[in-house]
Amino acid sequence: MTSSSLKALRNVNRDEAFYFFTSIGNYTGQSAGSLDEFLQKIKDIDIKSLEFHLFREDFEKWVAQTLGDGRLAEEIKFLRNQKLSGNALRDRLYFTISRRLKELKSSQSTYVR
Amino acid sequence: MKPKYQAITLDDLDWHILRLLQENSKQTYTEIGSKLNVAHSTVYDRIQKMEEQGFIKKYEAVIDYDKMGIQQITALMTITTDPRETENIANKMAKFGQALEVSTSISDTFIVDAKVVAQNQADLHTFVAKFIAPLPGVLRIRTAIVTRKYKEERFCLPNSESAGKRKE
Repeated sequence: MTSSSLKALRNVNRDEAFYFFTSIGNYTGQSAGSLDEFLQKIKDIDIKSLEFHLFREDFEKWVAQTLGDGRLAEEIKFLRNQKLSGNALRDRLYFTISRRLKELKSSQSTYVR
Repeated sequence: MKPKYQAITLDDLDWHILRLLQENSKQTYTEIGSKLNVAHSTVYDRIQKMEEQGFIKKYEAVIDYDKMGIQQITALMTITTDPRETENIANKMAKFGQALEVSTSISDTFIVDAKVVAQNQADLHTFVAKFIAPLPGVLRIRTAIVTRKYKEERFCLPNSESAGKRKE
């Protein structure tokens, strides 16, 4: 748990960052190099981008493969299956990631102590 | 239109030969000569001269991928860039095999334009997301997928209207 939370909280390099698109090939100019930054971007990013990536399973793939957080990936997959859209999607996604981020940070601080 | 870096002057006959070569570069000197009412040796000399001068860079095959049954999509990318990185981005884009054409342009921002090919939309997106978006200085990307081509020419010869109506 502790080493995986460290991995999930790390800053990734440019090649591994998450790049927000609104449709095929249309990049918004917004990217996230950590889960923290990802959460912040979700607040303001074009809703089309959230819907586009959720439908393509991009969020869960990035979270699982790059950040190594299978649990969060499962939670995002659950959201996808709920077929949410618009601000309801944004709010649920924000809540889910924010809750997980708190867990990871608290487990990290326990580990450091 | 005056060609850049021109060491020799091209006359009307040269331009007509160029136009015919652009239509079909496999035509023989004799065929070109008969269309222009000049000897094949004249055509040969003119073409040699233009090749030596580098006016004719190469002859290439234009492939019809549809007829070959090869699935491919073409997309036009407009990459808005940080002016300090425009040149670097264009050079990097030019190195990708997927890029058919790369150029820079200026509107209210500094742009890198590219025509790219991919097997399908998923491949196109992977290419843009993995290789282009992460390049330093890329601010935004707009990609349009070509649905149908109505015309495709490399360039328009100067005075093409008069060149098409050469007096014989």
